[in-house]
Amino acid sequence: MPEPHRPGQRHFVADLGETPLSEVDKLDESTPPLSLWADAWRHLRRQPIFIVSALLILLVLALAIAPGLFARTDPLSCHLQDGLEPSRAGHPFGFDRQGCDVYARVVYGTRTSVAVGFFTTAIVVFLGAAIGAIAGFYGRFWDALLSRVTDIFFAIPLVLAAIVVMQVFRDRVTIWAVIAVLSVFGWPQIARITRGAVMAVKNSDYVTAAKALGTTKFRTLLRHVLPNAAAPVIVTATVSLGIFIVAEATLSFLGIGLNASKIVSWGADINYASATIRTNPSVLFYPAAALALTVLSFIMLGDAVRDALDPKARQR
Amino acid sequence: MTPMVEMNLAGRRTDPNAPLVEIKKLCVSFQTSAGEVRAVRDLDLTIYPGQTIAIVGESGSGKSTTAHAIIDLLPGTGKVTSGQIWFDGKDIVTASKDEIVSLRGREIGMVPQDPMSNLNPVWRIGYQVKEALLANNVTSNREAKHRVAELLAEAGLPDAASRAKQYPHEFSGGMRQRTLIAIGLAARPRLLIADEPTSALDVTVQRQILDHLGTLTRELGTAVLLITHDLGLAAERAEQLVVMYQGRVVESGPAIEILQHPQHPYTKRLVKSAPSLASRRIETAKHEGIEVTELLAQTGGEGAEHGETKDIMVVKDLTKVFTIRGGRPGASKKFTAVDDVSFAVRRGTTMALVGESGSGKTTVANIVLNLIDPTSGKIYFDGLDLSTLNKEELFSFRRRVQPVFQDPYGSLDPMFSIYRTIEEPLRTHHIGDRKSRELKVRELLDKVALPGSTMRRFPNELSGGQRQRVAVARALALDPEVVVCDEAVSALDVLVQAQILKLLNQLQSDLGLSYLFITHDLAVVRQIADEVCVMEAGRIVEAASTDEVFDHPKTDYTRALLEAIPGGSIELGLADLD
Repeated sequence: MPEPHRPGQRHFVADLGETPLSEVDKLDESTPPLSLWADAWRHLRRQPIFIVSALLILLVLALAIAPGLFARTDPLSCHLQDGLEPSRAGHPFGFDRQGCDVYARVVYGTRTSVAVGFFTTAIVVFLGAAIGAIAGFYGRFWDALLSRVTDIFFAIPLVLAAIVVMQVFRDRVTIWAVIAVLSVFGWPQIARITRGAVMAVKNSDYVTAAKALGTTKFRTLLRHVLPNAAAPVIVTATVSLGIFIVAEATLSFLGIGLNASKIVSWGADINYASATIRTNPSVLFYPAAALALTVLSFIMLGDAVRDALDPKARQR
Repeated sequence: MTPMVEMNLAGRRTDPNAPLVEIKKLCVSFQTSAGEVRAVRDLDLTIYPGQTIAIVGESGSGKSTTAHAIIDLLPGTGKVTSGQIWFDGKDIVTASKDEIVSLRGREIGMVPQDPMSNLNPVWRIGYQVKEALLANNVTSNREAKHRVAELLAEAGLPDAASRAKQYPHEFSGGMRQRTLIAIGLAARPRLLIADEPTSALDVTVQRQILDHLGTLTRELGTAVLLITHDLGLAAERAEQLVVMYQGRVVESGPAIEILQHPQHPYTKRLVKSAPSLASRRIETAKHEGIEVTELLAQTGGEGAEHGETKDIMVVKDLTKVFTIRGGRPGASKKFTAVDDVSFAVRRGTTMALVGESGSGKTTVANIVLNLIDPTSGKIYFDGLDLSTLNKEELFSFRRRVQPVFQDPYGSLDPMFSIYRTIEEPLRTHHIGDRKSRELKVRELLDKVALPGSTMRRFPNELSGGQRQRVAVARALALDPEVVVCDEAVSALDVLVQAQILKLLNQLQSDLGLSYLFITHDLAVVRQIADEVCVMEAGRIVEAASTDEVFDHPKTDYTRALLEAIPGGSIELGLADLD
């Protein structure tokens, strides 16, 4: 029984001119193709935190690669008569107790810190990602075995373990010894994160589809699972880069790291300057500030990159 | 019902001939990095007290945005830019925050879409209903407990008093949705907004819940604004329809009138493709399909001299038992997901496996794809026993059987360009060189009606339907004989769904494909399948040709499934549509 139409409820048909009908589910070809990384880059470009930290990191890298361009004084040629002298022309940060130029030591120390940070992170990411990925992807026996090994290493505090092992090297400490020691005890965190990310990804339909195509397990892991699990690993890596720089400084500060008279390092300089903290705090201030700024910029970069890669945190 | 509530209702009763909601020239916009996006444009809508009105449209048409604008819950940067929303003589657009808060729950209730995420998992069911009562000052704290049980019972939960002490995870999807309905109606609102209230549920549960909701709101005199993408469902439940497309109302009016005499081309398109309404086998493909199978039979294989279609895949006495964790540590339970299932897929035809969630149909698909091993039983593919395959044989079997999965957002690797996605099977099976593979990818994209430029894009730039077409292209890259479609169209809008079904039919007739089509939707089955197996709790309860199952269902379960197809009873003048 059709009721008479009530006001406002008559059969209404819109003018076709106002609502042109497009083809069902037509591909919008007006926008250029994008990708996860392109999206992340567009997002990052507008982040002040990213820009500031990226510029700082570029500066730090430049200092590490070519310190000679920034400081003409040799950080190892020290004259005792200059000991604890204040700044003067050509020596903007003054001199430390041994009469070494603080500015030159800060500049040359960059290379040690950055090298330790970079190489340790590279080794740790490679080792941790490989172990975590195998544990997460193959599961069962491998997971049980590798996860327990990871737990054992995880239980040992990084710096404490490094202190014990560094005793072995004593006077023969090189950058590579520091990197090796930090790597051996630094990988469990990355391994855990990789394992979790891999386990989340491996249940995706596209992994099943790859299996149904006849793709081998290892190839699936390499081509589908790892790239999709990479985002949290990259972020953790940028943060841990800062942590490793601090760890190197800690070891040098404790006197079991690099030898300040042979290798310039921020940590060793901080250690050495701590004796004169009351009388000449500026000697301590400059290497400490350089260290803090470098670590901070890496952590900020990690934060910004995480936000850019995480679709949930991203605002469109 | 407590006398107090009745008084409340009586006290608020207004003229039934005055509109309860009157929306005039409503415009809603979202601010995005790409600028202003106009989600709703010049929308007019009138709802009278006690009336049920449905807004129908595809995803992104602005139907949910309209509903959220009424209750002032626009997400993120959404803003009403112009127009008015009159609710019982008050303009919601210009109303103060306090006025709107007092409207919510008390005057306008809401039943959200996803029952799984809309109940707080750490609070008991009863507490969450009580919260709705107390927030609107409907009852005192003392009476609330009693009232909660009443409300839950009213929403159709048996044994409501003890159920109220349970937690959401102890409830099934249907029970959760009933709880949400109880919450929505707790303060006896005069308007209930139901945003796709049953799209996450099985068809039979959907029917029960909508029936119940209908009865309840009729008794209470509540007006209902139903948001849905299913035209059949809308027509069955609502007196008035509003069809939205790209943020505009393209057609509105009495439901029957719109269904039988759709005027706007978009509405016509919707009416034509709604599976629940136009359910019959897509005919061209059926005829051509048989021709192709005959052609196949003539050109190769045994049985050619008889000219009969041969079974490409035979499943015999298939059983799969899963061991699941028990209550105590170390304890385990056996769960039979698939129980003695046998069926066959004939070459060049479509076999549909139908069942509700938990019936074991996806497990069957995974076993057939040789992704998991059966506990017992055999699968023969073209005479080959799958359980005896060695590594090389399995690899070449993979070429011949390919899957298409349900979730268009999960089945493509987001880091792979479309080109790499479709090329991967060719590369894996060492087919052709770089140049010939690129040609093949282009050809496959063309087959699924996507432009060649798509291959430089990434999945996140495509819509669900487009991704699903890419998934089909990937499945076809190796020229398989059988494609296993696991709910391949369930997650898509009706029009896109119809488009994919048509495409699958076309491909079947062009390439002589056989489909194992797994779905919960009988309406879809009718459009694509030649034969049907109905599964319930791991068993096949009915197996016959599609026409046979639809015309003469033998078991009660099948009958219930058929009756649950929304809009099945509505007669259409389909002939005058073209």
